[in-house]
Amino acid sequence: MSALESPRAEGATMEGYNFAYLDEATKRMIRRAILKAVAIPGHQIPFGAREMPLPYGWGTGGIQVTASILGPADTLKVIDQGSDDTTNAISIRRFFRRVAGVATTEHTAEASVIQTRHRIPERTLREDQIMVYQVPQPEPLFRLEPRRAETKRLHALADYGLMHVRLYEDIARLGHIAKAYDYPVMVNGRYLMSPSPIPAFDNPKMHRMAALQLFGAGREKRIYAIPPYTEVRSLDFEDHPFRPIRAPHACALCRSTDTYLDEVITDDAGGRMFVCSDTDFCAERQAATAQEAAE
Amino acid sequence: MTKPLLTAEGLTLRFGAIPALLDVAIDVSEGEVVAIVGESGSGKTTLLRVLSGMMTPDAGTVRWLGEEVHAMGEAARRRLMRTEWGFVHQNPRDGLRLNVSAGGNVGERLMAVGARHYGNIRTEALSWLAKVEIDAARIDDLPRTFSGGMQQRLQIARTLVTHPRLVFMDEPTGGLDVSVQARLLDLIRSLSRELGLSVLIVTHDIAAARLLADRILVMRRGRVVEQGLTDRVLDDPQHPYTQLLVSSVLAA
Repeated sequence: MSALESPRAEGATMEGYNFAYLDEATKRMIRRAILKAVAIPGHQIPFGAREMPLPYGWGTGGIQVTASILGPADTLKVIDQGSDDTTNAISIRRFFRRVAGVATTEHTAEASVIQTRHRIPERTLREDQIMVYQVPQPEPLFRLEPRRAETKRLHALADYGLMHVRLYEDIARLGHIAKAYDYPVMVNGRYLMSPSPIPAFDNPKMHRMAALQLFGAGREKRIYAIPPYTEVRSLDFEDHPFRPIRAPHACALCRSTDTYLDEVITDDAGGRMFVCSDTDFCAERQAATAQEAAE
Repeated sequence: MTKPLLTAEGLTLRFGAIPALLDVAIDVSEGEVVAIVGESGSGKTTLLRVLSGMMTPDAGTVRWLGEEVHAMGEAARRRLMRTEWGFVHQNPRDGLRLNVSAGGNVGERLMAVGARHYGNIRTEALSWLAKVEIDAARIDDLPRTFSGGMQQRLQIARTLVTHPRLVFMDEPTGGLDVSVQARLLDLIRSLSRELGLSVLIVTHDIAAARLLADRILVMRRGRVVEQGLTDRVLDDPQHPYTQLLVSSVLAA
């Protein structure tokens, strides 16, 4: 058996694939990039992203990061827009069940690896958990400076006045900072980082999070990371401080008033309801309320 | 005379076989306005680019307060460029961000050096727009809706907002009509006197040089052929080329 083959996990169901789909050399390359990323919080590390059996934009970066950190004993949770039961979440969960034979879950508390698109779970994460974010555009200065060579230089020199100009423009035109998602953050007081398109509401959760946070951008071929308990600050002005934005309602299902809400249109006559975007958290709260009522 | 801020000696730069600069020496003191004049292709703009650290010479040194500019790291040079130095481009489109409002353009340098209070940045931007005679109501307009003269004045406001000690100007009045040129020159003169700025200005307009400069350097084919106090050089030109240059100025 060559050094590049790994012992097949118990219960893996797909024949002809290495554990967790990627070959061991690729995983090792990605792990090296991850180690480098953890060593320099917020800094984008290039890596050789592989073709994955799903299109760019569906989470190829996140899947590759997950594949290279997954072990047979891990429990995987996949969230798409906060929900565990949308197409992307279901397919990626099934993918890893088939190619790695790992256990999957919909409960945040039970998961050891959580791959996510657009949300951070409401439940506080622990040290033994890892968050993997799917990132479409890793470069926070992308809209402001089209040249990659130049943005690299700006990062190297920590020259981030440009991003503040953009925030200034928002306030000058609209009276407030209008960015509601993918809100830029400073990591460890050094690197400007795109938190992936999570709502600004989730930004404070990244600050000193106990779990390791990994970000994978497949199309752009970049990996970056926030180690546990790292300082993450959202950019703002002293007289226009950062505000996490949420819809001013209570969840129609669990009555929560401090979670991020989705607006769901229920009919074509203007009917709508606000429900928790984190389906697992909402279900748990509903179950707890039902139990209390029963007792 | 006070101690020079910027000194350069022995600057030589060739583009292939073409010498752009040949053994050029120059110094600029605190509060002094120095003009570099000469015909097109005489190396004026190249000299400015070398002095401001944008280009590296083949030989020679440029020192800022005794520190060698080309030996500094890029980070240090950039910091210098946005704090103690300023650069006014000939074409305001090179120096402005056209998709950012006038206020944002003026505020950018402030934010780059760490200003994080929106109200203060706004107040400062308004006061600078007033200084360069741009209507305060246009603070949120994009520079592309401004006239050429206004764009150039906005570029000057944006450059001076962090109170640099030395400003490089590359033909700031180029491409503007005569009456706008006169107002702009007037503005540059009053601002530089008011703030005690040192200015290194490249121009081919002898009249502008006479109006603004304390000292003049005349360049031809990469060499400084004559230099001295403005009035001396223009009233009593010694070098044949300077004589030609001065005699070819059209009197209105």
